[in-house]
Amino acid sequence: MSETLKIALIIIGVLLGSLTVAAGLIWLERRLLGLWQDRYGPNRVGPFGILQVLADMIKIFFKEDWIPPFADKRIFTFAPAIVMTTILLSFAIIPFAPGIIVSDLNIGILFFLAMSSLGAYSIVLAGWASNNKYSLLGALRGSAQMMSYEVFMGLSLMGVIMLSGSFQLTDIVEAQRGMWYVVPQFIGFVVFLIAGIAETHRLPFDIPEAESELVAGYHSEYSGMKFGMFFVGEYLGITLISALITALFFGGWLGPGFLPPFVWFFLKTLVFITFFILLRASLPRPRYDQLMEYGWKFLLPLTLLNIVITGMIALSAN
Amino acid sequence: MIRDIFSAIRSIWIAFLHMFRKRETIQYPEEKPDLPARWRGRIVLTRDPDQGERCVGCYLCAVACPVDCISLQAAETKEGRRYPEFFRINFSRCIFCGYCEDACPTYAIQLIPDFEMSEYDRQNLVYEKEDLLINGQGKYHGYNYYKVAGLSIEGKGKGEAEKEDKPVDIRSLIP
Repeated sequence: MSETLKIALIIIGVLLGSLTVAAGLIWLERRLLGLWQDRYGPNRVGPFGILQVLADMIKIFFKEDWIPPFADKRIFTFAPAIVMTTILLSFAIIPFAPGIIVSDLNIGILFFLAMSSLGAYSIVLAGWASNNKYSLLGALRGSAQMMSYEVFMGLSLMGVIMLSGSFQLTDIVEAQRGMWYVVPQFIGFVVFLIAGIAETHRLPFDIPEAESELVAGYHSEYSGMKFGMFFVGEYLGITLISALITALFFGGWLGPGFLPPFVWFFLKTLVFITFFILLRASLPRPRYDQLMEYGWKFLLPLTLLNIVITGMIALSAN
Repeated sequence: MIRDIFSAIRSIWIAFLHMFRKRETIQYPEEKPDLPARWRGRIVLTRDPDQGERCVGCYLCAVACPVDCISLQAAETKEGRRYPEFFRINFSRCIFCGYCEDACPTYAIQLIPDFEMSEYDRQNLVYEKEDLLINGQGKYHGYNYYKVAGLSIEGKGKGEAEKEDKPVDIRSLIP
């Protein structure tokens, strides 16, 4: 009974925690962007403007939830749910601290890759169901981008899996006691980071929503809480990728003993979230063909090279 | 490709360094902005050094106004001084272009650096003469139209203004 209770508590904790962090990121991003653009950002509502999140949420809950008459109603309603569900499900395999993990799957990484592939459906269906040419263009771009970057995302993790000999995230974290994988797998880390940005379609790879070209891309027609779900889904995606980078390359919860393991995990994740936002503040959006070219002609060979070299080293060490 | 990567990393670094810069934002209600002296804000009607109204009701400001927000009615005192009977500016229409100030021949209408004119009721944005008149001379000190103009009013005949010669006697041949 107490075991079931513990699992239920962890599930609720992870759900609430990730959603709170994602909501808090809306405020954090605006403050940090302000910081890097020589302004303040929202600083009026509550201490440091932190209650801005609450104000935004109240606003978005009370907005009219408008479904355009030309839209495919069922798919239109269903699409935003997919992105939230798949990303929240991916959080199940994140080891926040020893014992604090929803489900320690022995195919953890594969589960994450499967879930992020499913997330692409959300964009495609949202763009298709909106029945709007800008939405469809965004959906097309989004699906192509996510499919191609999925490839390197999976392949870039092969080095980590070869070194640790496991798909299970707790094993991978434990295997980093001697050295964080960012040192031997630096190329893998860089490729995973870039693929992660493309996967969450964050700036500079926000080509599917590209507000200067496509209005808002696949979520042009969305409003109210449905739009809010895409919005929170994006921030959940950032949190997820940052947490995965922490777990796979930066030793997860491992760290000097003066802070509890969970705090180490949280701090490391926060650093990567900050880096995501810094990228938004600094880099312009590439052209669509540049993105594809960069992916297939540069990142893919680099990843394959990384796998070959890591494999050679791993074999010769045996 | 290597140069592109270097340039991307450099841009990220430059954006990061911006967090140590001074903020551009002025935290307005607490911190007042530093407005230039020529800022075109609220419109006032000024007085001459003797506390008389400068406005002579010539309608040039109302004609110059591109949005027709000025309305006035000229009148004359028994001394012969012209003045506006009423002078009304609708600030919900005013675009603060300053053409009225340029058009004014007597420096009466002036724009001052004050922009805090918000109202909850639109009707309150219609300023009457008593709202517009100030007790000072505004930007142009020491100017008194009736003292320099050739116009004769009670107590000052033709040719009695400052720096003004006596009128020429056209019936005389003496230079």
